[in-house]
Amino acid sequence: MVKVMLWGSLAALAEGKPELEIEAKNIKQLLQRLAEDHPGLKPVLEKGVSVSIDGMMYNDAWFEEISSENEICILPRIEGG
Amino acid sequence: MGKQDRDFKAVGTRPLRPDGVEKVTGRAKFGADLSAPGMLVGRFLRSPHAHARIRSIDTSKAAALPGVKAVVTGDSFDITKVSSGNHDTLANVMARDKALYEGHAVAAIAAISVSIARKALKLIEVDYEVLPHVTDVDEAMAADAPLLHENMFTANLTPKPTKPSNIANFYEFGHGDIEAGFAKADVIIERSFKTAATHQGYIEPHACLANMTQDGQGELWCCTQGHFMVRNVCADLMGMEISKLRVTASEIGGGFGGKTTVFIDPVALMLSKLAGKPVKIVMSREEVFKASGPTSSTSMRIKIGATNDGRLTACEGEFNYQGGAYADSPVQFGAMSAFACYDLEHVKTVGYDVAANRPKNVAYRAPGAPMAAFAVESVMAEMADRLGLDQLEFRLKNAATEGTRSSYGPTYNSVGLTETIKAAQSHDHYSAPLGANQGRGIASGFWFNFGGQTAVSLNVQEDGTVNVTVGTPDIGGSRASMGLMVAEELGIEYDNIRCIIADTSSLGYNDVTDGSRTTFSSGLALINAAKDAKAKMCARAARIWDIPAEAVEWKDGCVQPAGANAGEFEPMSFAEIAANADNTGGPIAGHHEINASGAGVSFGTHMVDVEVDPDTGYVKILRYTVVQDAGKAVHPAYVEGQYQGGAVQGIGWALNEEYIYGEDGRLQNAGFLDYRMPVASDLPMIDTVIVEVPNPGHPYGVRGVGETSIVPPMAAIANAVSQAAGVRMTELPMSPPRVLKAMDDAKGG
Amino acid sequence: MTQTHVSTTINGDKVEYLCETDETLLDVLRDTLSLTGSKEGCGSGDCGACSVMLDGRLVCACLVLGVEAQDRKIETIEGMASGDELHPLQQKFLEHAALQCGICTPGFLVAAKALLDENPDPTETEVRYWLAGNLCRCTGYDKIIRAVMDAATEMRGQA
Ligand code: FES
Ligand code: FES
Repeated sequence: MVKVMLWGSLAALAEGKPELEIEAKNIKQLLQRLAEDHPGLKPVLEKGVSVSIDGMMYNDAWFEEISSENEICILPRIEGG
Repeated sequence: MGKQDRDFKAVGTRPLRPDGVEKVTGRAKFGADLSAPGMLVGRFLRSPHAHARIRSIDTSKAAALPGVKAVVTGDSFDITKVSSGNHDTLANVMARDKALYEGHAVAAIAAISVSIARKALKLIEVDYEVLPHVTDVDEAMAADAPLLHENMFTANLTPKPTKPSNIANFYEFGHGDIEAGFAKADVIIERSFKTAATHQGYIEPHACLANMTQDGQGELWCCTQGHFMVRNVCADLMGMEISKLRVTASEIGGGFGGKTTVFIDPVALMLSKLAGKPVKIVMSREEVFKASGPTSSTSMRIKIGATNDGRLTACEGEFNYQGGAYADSPVQFGAMSAFACYDLEHVKTVGYDVAANRPKNVAYRAPGAPMAAFAVESVMAEMADRLGLDQLEFRLKNAATEGTRSSYGPTYNSVGLTETIKAAQSHDHYSAPLGANQGRGIASGFWFNFGGQTAVSLNVQEDGTVNVTVGTPDIGGSRASMGLMVAEELGIEYDNIRCIIADTSSLGYNDVTDGSRTTFSSGLALINAAKDAKAKMCARAARIWDIPAEAVEWKDGCVQPAGANAGEFEPMSFAEIAANADNTGGPIAGHHEINASGAGVSFGTHMVDVEVDPDTGYVKILRYTVVQDAGKAVHPAYVEGQYQGGAVQGIGWALNEEYIYGEDGRLQNAGFLDYRMPVASDLPMIDTVIVEVPNPGHPYGVRGVGETSIVPPMAAIANAVSQAAGVRMTELPMSPPRVLKAMDDAKGG
Repeated sequence: MTQTHVSTTINGDKVEYLCETDETLLDVLRDTLSLTGSKEGCGSGDCGACSVMLDGRLVCACLVLGVEAQDRKIETIEGMASGDELHPLQQKFLEHAALQCGICTPGFLVAAKALLDENPDPTETEVRYWLAGNLCRCTGYDKIIRAVMDAATEMRGQA
């Protein structure tokens, strides 16, 4: 089980829960299960998000491993200038 | 400043850049500098209206004009074959049923000369039904505002809206209980702010040369921050296979985020396809202002609570960003970064991404953050004054450090904000005396930075020199930084390394060069490619000596036996191993492909002194100091250059630059004379202090440096002007009439 | 459109070309003569990227007509280095990292050379005002000003 934080307005789409518990070993499983368990999140997840693991930002990184030790946040996809 | 255990040999020095001579002699080829035999010129017809339905377009007379070889309209592209993620891009490149802003492309012509192209454009007949328009962000949010898109329902809003609006997206961030936080405050300050839309202002207009052949293959030469992105988007819009389009990035004359999408490239390809000839398109400066991608105008509200001893108890912000015709504002980054500098128990930000009849927004350096920082740091300065605290002390007291939960969610690991504030405190600028009508402003700022997809290769030549190939355009000296990192890793001379930018067929996919990504990601990949090459060279040396590969090690650019048991051999130099490549297994190369992560966030603190002319409202910048954390400065001169350039763009944004619209929804200042960017005589030298708090996510500690520098300037200058003028400035730009009016109003009130 | 025949001197060489009467000198240099070192940033005299010398005077090539070059002397960035030796200004721009993207660089170099030809010992303020017609969006001007001042010092030493 990993704990994952959602940003405020995303939480609203997941029945208002800012923190969710998900059974996942890597980012791919995390995103997949999030969408399955909370269909409201699906369109946002499909558009693309960044995942922060212990303060490091990941874009498109399915196999990045996660565990209950990590702090995980789903964030809008980070882009630059 | 800062500390790092490692001793660097190459990294941190200031050698000449490898592409420098080409650039000072005028030989470097930028976007508009290439020609092809038999080339046609492409020109656009653009909407004169801010908002209009296109009833019909008749191009028959234009097509019949001798010398006209191709005509393109929205219908030339088959939208049903285009992936949904690119629909807005296509509609922006060539309007379909509606023109959504003045300057929106409605048709294009390829002709044998500029004069024929111009004549042909006049022969195109467009039947417009002019619609009501809206350009202001607050007006666009009103319930009765003219609607740009009938099908725009605010996303991420619960409950789901039942009526369409111009608000495309809603965002909320934060943690804690904001009301409880304000209840603990001794002082609460709440203010509203507005900022004008600005343009990246790169000096090189968009330009490209497209060459589609009759067999459906294509080549494109263009100035872009990401030629792989250009290839993928253009292939999608053209209905081509990706591998059949080869894109070469020209030298790029500035981008700052503005060259991270396509405007003219797909049209040039389509014209070339229809004409069966190469087509070159170069935008005019007026087109760049009206039809490329400026950043948002904004309207913001900030509320901050603090205790009498200067501890923040709650911070709240509302951010409304006008994102152009398709609502592409970076408001989420504004709302995420607004309070990222501070350690807060209770924080909440909301953001609205709003469509208006203006050009489609594109990224501009630290997208979304500078405006939010302007609003937040203005209130922070006011709070410090109200509490009678020193500006830097107040920030230091509340600064985010390692272990702070950020306002956007994650907990920070190693960060350098405190270090930048302390460096500012000890800088002699901070204690220098001020004269009459002068003020000093302070502001801190934050940017995320990120990595992304990167592929590089490194070829060792038989004479011991090295060619390095990257896929990220060099926008400000990154070839030099690449060379330094490879020199560091291989232990060879910087001068023996040459770095080139490969076309899209020569390397795997590379994400766009966003100012802050390249040195981090391509550098990371190159360090790994160098390690790859080193491993191969160790193996070759081991075979020459006939000892196991594990028995050798790399030291100072040589391979040597690892320890006494490995055997008695003189170290073999890089050049020696390279010279024997043929006999030891063929060419030696290193490769690396990654999706880079681990980019470290970066913070900066700026100080500025200004003088306000009480008679005219004119603001003169007297002194400016940038302090910023670079993690590790690979080529300090180009790091300083990034700091200085960002600060000066911020000075322009603060004092002069703005998109000015008339009642008719038309842009009134689409040229450098009226869109007034800073010139040399407006400015003093820009002092820089490079702080180095290593990024744990990079082998050398590198952080992105390109973006953070534009975050604090507007706030710092607003704080300085407010002090000098004796009235709080809440609207950008602080142009002379606006400053004068604020001073008059303050006197009158 | 009928074209006009023009004879002129560019970087010391006699050159002849045909151009339309409404064509700018910048277009002729870049498109007809392939001298693409002069850049077009605005086409309206506001950015200085197209700076060239016309009979010893600094002008924006985008504001001069191609036909006006008849019997005149034009100097462009392509004529600034002599043989394999860079002009001190070019060298100093490299040493000071006075270019990032480099699109403004040819214009700055031509303008700076015009300044130093006229005033070999300018103050910082004089340099800043002389170069106020050249836009650079990347550098914030700091390193450009330093490079010009440093080149002036070196050139005075040589004289
Ligand atoms: S192109 Fe001539 S001044 Fe800008
Ligand atoms: S170096 Fe890019 S505009 Fe000057």
